[in-house]
Amino acid sequence: MHPVLRITLQRLALGVLTLVIVSFVIFAAVNLLPGDFAQAILGQGATPEAVEAIRNDIGLNDPFWIRYFDWLGALVSGDLGVSYSQMMFATGMGGEDIQLIPITEQIAPRFYNTMFLAGLTAIIAVPISLAVGVLAALYRGSAFDRIANITTLSSISSPEFFLAYVLTLFLAVQWQILPSLASVTPEMPLFERIYTALLPALTLTLVVTAHMMRMTRAAIINLLASPYIEMARLKGISPIQVIVKHALPNALAPIINVVALNLAYLVTGVVVVEVVFAYPGIGNLFVDAVRSRDIPVVQICCLIFASAYVLLNLTADILSILSNPRLRHPK
Amino acid sequence: MSRSLVVPAIALLFTVIVLVDFVMGIGVLWYLYAVLQILMVPFELMTTATAPMVAVLGGWKWIVYLALLCVGGYGFRAVGQRLTKNRPFYRDMPFSVALGYVFAATLIVVVLLNYSRSFSTLGGMPDSYFFFRSALHFLVLSSVAAVLFRQFGCMVGTASTRKLFRQMPATASFGILIIICYAIAAIFAPMIAPHGQETIFPRANIIPLVPEAMGGDPAFPLGTDQIGRDILSRLIYGAQNTVGIAFVTTVLAFFLGVTGGFLAAVLRGWVDQVLSRLVDVLMAIPALIFSLLLITAASSLFSGTGLTWAMIVIIAVIDSTRVFRLSRAVGMNIVVMDYIEASRLRGEGVGYMIFREILPNATAPLLAEFGLRFCFVFLTIAALSFLGLGIQPPLADWGTMVKDLGQFVNYAAFLPQYAMLPLLPAGAIALLTVAVNFVVDWMLQRSSGLKE
Repeated sequence: MHPVLRITLQRLALGVLTLVIVSFVIFAAVNLLPGDFAQAILGQGATPEAVEAIRNDIGLNDPFWIRYFDWLGALVSGDLGVSYSQMMFATGMGGEDIQLIPITEQIAPRFYNTMFLAGLTAIIAVPISLAVGVLAALYRGSAFDRIANITTLSSISSPEFFLAYVLTLFLAVQWQILPSLASVTPEMPLFERIYTALLPALTLTLVVTAHMMRMTRAAIINLLASPYIEMARLKGISPIQVIVKHALPNALAPIINVVALNLAYLVTGVVVVEVVFAYPGIGNLFVDAVRSRDIPVVQICCLIFASAYVLLNLTADILSILSNPRLRHPK
Repeated sequence: MSRSLVVPAIALLFTVIVLVDFVMGIGVLWYLYAVLQILMVPFELMTTATAPMVAVLGGWKWIVYLALLCVGGYGFRAVGQRLTKNRPFYRDMPFSVALGYVFAATLIVVVLLNYSRSFSTLGGMPDSYFFFRSALHFLVLSSVAAVLFRQFGCMVGTASTRKLFRQMPATASFGILIIICYAIAAIFAPMIAPHGQETIFPRANIIPLVPEAMGGDPAFPLGTDQIGRDILSRLIYGAQNTVGIAFVTTVLAFFLGVTGGFLAAVLRGWVDQVLSRLVDVLMAIPALIFSLLLITAASSLFSGTGLTWAMIVIIAVIDSTRVFRLSRAVGMNIVVMDYIEASRLRGEGVGYMIFREILPNATAPLLAEFGLRFCFVFLTIAALSFLGLGIQPPLADWGTMVKDLGQFVNYAAFLPQYAMLPLLPAGAIALLTVAVNFVVDWMLQRSSGLKE
């Protein structure tokens, strides 16, 4: 078997294993702790019989392992269950026949929104940060490099909500170029959608660009120090040629890594930014569910974020293997 | 994978690169254009205030600006070459560098122009230059303070600290100065703060920074919040609570992580395997997401201050995994040294080896990691508090303050003093992390001798 294929398959298997373990950790973290969620659903005034009935209903009385495999099996078959707030609503209305909205339907549009926001951010952030990173590496030590360094360090260090409020203050309130609330709706046309989601996307861009630019700069500097670049320079070819022909093909692996790692970073950044701008995405749903202790929703959102994180890291891994000439052409 | 599959894969990759390059070209243009737009907005406040971004995008004047900039760059270099009779500095200057100089000069002129304008509007009601002026004042004052502090450091102290200060960049001395200020505010908060952090005064929503005639109050320089608590006092107490809790959490994370990492390095074998795999699993879930999950679980057991303690433990455990990775790697490098071998042969115990042999030799990387880890923990706690799931009331805390005061941002157009309120605690968080990062950056550069 070709070594690239073997390594790729190994990584894929490892990724699937990681996902299974992560799902177990998420399930165990919430379910192994004491504390009664049946009580939480019904509120303080519930009778013990009602609590017991609900416990039986959700299956809280089953042993832990059975519950885990039930949950996992349902997940794989695409059934995410019903949120506690929906059940509370149903018991409040007092009927069995009320149509419950499953979590799948709640999450699907929000998942699309979050992906849209992350994609918009990536489209703006990736080119800027790669360009600025390469420039800073080329002119390292110059005024441009130092200013870029201080600016990116400051924007990495700032909490997301600080950047969000500063941008809102100037772009939305003082100059009124962009809307301050990013309340996108499914029926919006594309341009209006981008326009509405631009402020959160810009906030995320600031954070992600800083990370990506610094990592790109470090990767390129590392590369420019290698002997073959010096050789190319000594041959007398122009600096642009050195970069395009010699440095960039080899910088591919680190750059892919940088981009994927930062897209993975977006996964966490998205939560706070969505809350600041009231953007109807998964992050917002997740925080609401955490506040109201809606366990099924919390578990699913957590699993979605964690899988995005794992998958992006896995993609980075595999792409950098594929772009490594030493692995592609083994001796 | 056979050779026949690899070739199309590479072709695909290169297509992607070409596409990315193309997008990058557009991106750079777009970026320059956006910067120019932002520069020009203050000049055209009236038109952009009414027309939304569509109108701004429609303007083609940016091409003229760009062309002017290019001509300026070319002219600057040509004039420089003439005047200095082809000095190498001008002779060998690439066009992009010349462009950079002209761009920077334009930027400085625009900033100065706006600054001088900002005083002419002071008589009018809405002070639209308030933030611009405050930011500029802060920038200039902090740079001056940083340089003065460095000078001060060069004059007092022992010979070694003087040398340290002489070689320090201004950013690092700025960082140290800020950290000292925060430490003083945190330790002496009850003495510095004019009022208590939970005291509620009858007058709510006092406007900050304005004379009494306009709705201010000299007893409350930064005003009061929606339920009448003094914001200045809460900010100062926030230093104690937010920074204090973040510090305790970091220390706890370090205690757990370093102990585990060094144990794994010394004992090897199954201890190392078990700990490392455990850490791998915990690190597969992003930190903020995982802590939110665990806080959900903990919130059914605790409430109020108990929940704050639970959060400290949760974040410490999650962050200790990152510390574990580093200290294990550092420990592994030290364990193979001869002096460790010697102490093994002497028959020393594990505790002696960790605390007397490994720890003293690992302080430099661990100290830098402590600074960075503190920043991460601090930002995580701030984010959690901002979401209402971190430090619980009645403790004054910056993240919670940002959440509570957030709506005031909408007053920016006609009452910028109000709009400043959520930025104060948020800025306080940002300033401390920036300061710590500056210091750590300098420490790392000094210890590793990164001269590039």
